[in-house]
Amino acid sequence: MTADSGTLERVLDGEQMHRIVRRMAGELIEQNQGATDLVLIGIRTRGVPLAMALGEEIRRMEGGSEVPQGVLDITLYRDDLSTIAPQPVVKETHLPGSIEGRTVVLCDDVLFTGRTIRAALDALIDYGRARAVRLAVLVDRGHRELPIQADVVGHSLATTASDLVEVAFSDTDGRDEVVLHRNAR
Amino acid sequence: MNETNWHRKDLLGIAELSAAEIELILDTAESFREVAERPIKKVPTLRGKTVINLFFEASTRTRSSFEIAEKRLSADGLNFSSSSSALVKGESLVDTARNLQAMSPDLIVIRHGHPGVPHRLARLLEAGVINAGDGAHEHPTQALLDAFTIRQHKGQIGGLRVAIIGDIEHSRVVRSNIHLLQKLGASVVVAGPRTMMPVGIEGLGVDVAYSLDEALDGADVVMMLRIQLERQGRPLIPSIKEYFSLFGLTRDRLGLANEDAIVMHPGPMNRGVEIASDVADGPESVILAQVANGVAVRMAILYLLSGVRGAA
Repeated sequence: MTADSGTLERVLDGEQMHRIVRRMAGELIEQNQGATDLVLIGIRTRGVPLAMALGEEIRRMEGGSEVPQGVLDITLYRDDLSTIAPQPVVKETHLPGSIEGRTVVLCDDVLFTGRTIRAALDALIDYGRARAVRLAVLVDRGHRELPIQADVVGHSLATTASDLVEVAFSDTDGRDEVVLHRNAR
Repeated sequence: MNETNWHRKDLLGIAELSAAEIELILDTAESFREVAERPIKKVPTLRGKTVINLFFEASTRTRSSFEIAEKRLSADGLNFSSSSSALVKGESLVDTARNLQAMSPDLIVIRHGHPGVPHRLARLLEAGVINAGDGAHEHPTQALLDAFTIRQHKGQIGGLRVAIIGDIEHSRVVRSNIHLLQKLGASVVVAGPRTMMPVGIEGLGVDVAYSLDEALDGADVVMMLRIQLERQGRPLIPSIKEYFSLFGLTRDRLGLANEDAIVMHPGPMNRGVEIASDVADGPESVILAQVANGVAVRMAILYLLSGVRGAA
């Protein structure tokens, strides 16, 4: 995303992001009482590098074994398809095997209206009956339009509805940071 | 990843599409292929959209493929076919179009024996129109699923040599395929009996071979066409046996093609006429993959067209 108006402030730098991700990983392990049966699923696009970072931390903390990871594209479940045109590009979803009976952690960079998470939950249910679904977000910026809350929040950020929160990961963007664009929307 | 957007209300043929538009359909279909592998093979994407399947010519496979695609996208599909409706009872096309429009469908899938009917309908209707075969003119969704299947097995289409064998003159599949394969950078050679070779086919930029062996030489993809036995009222070949001996694809003959060549057929195939059974069922055959891919490709087309205003 790019913003061409308003002011810009850096909310988190790379070092702060790494510390937050480590804490989030710890909270997930604590809530789940270990990493057994955990599956991390990143919501495209920036939920994917977050899931990878959390997976890496959890592996390190729990000693070795890989945490299964997946990628979820929610386009086909969006609630605004009949009001926008042209159709958004549909990308692929990859889940690491069955989610039946496992604890799925949905990962996304920013929690805003909650509509993406609603779509993600609907998508997930079509893949089977997880034992539980949790939500981990790096930034909660408020302004929910649906009754959805995260189980693990990296950073809570006071914003106005017209602000834009941009999360960059080194894997996708070449740097780790969170930037707030005031009045950019 | 493809960042082209789709802006057409209708899919009438391959001839008018750009390479980028074709790639967008194929990339989108790639994402839809995964839906067929889920425990619940249905997404809510086209909820509340109505699709009319209007078939003036017999079709089992294309119609079923569209129907499954519609159901998997949660669209409501209705079938009108010439054998079971008033469609052939003398109603003019304009009246048919008006009646359809009155039901306010979002998309219409049409097959018709006369070339250009889908185009006419597209101009008359607000709904998006998908050509599911118009005479011997175009059959764009077949060409797209063929391309998708080639890409799946060969990685890419550019640089490949594709041999298309059989009744070139009466095949709508050939015309759409030639346009598509050339746009994506493949070279095409066609072969068949002289009675089934249209005059001026070279004008489409293809090589013409009059023997199967010549066409197979160096081919990466061998596409066999159905010999339409029901069209043999005015025979174009002396006998089925002779056709098979000259143009039937046998295991020995397939050896002339490139080592890792794949064999395709749009179906329904006549075993022992255009293709030997052991080739149809052999490791080179991707005929059933074509059928499976047809659903994903049609889902992609329904999805893309339904987002264009005028259609919705």
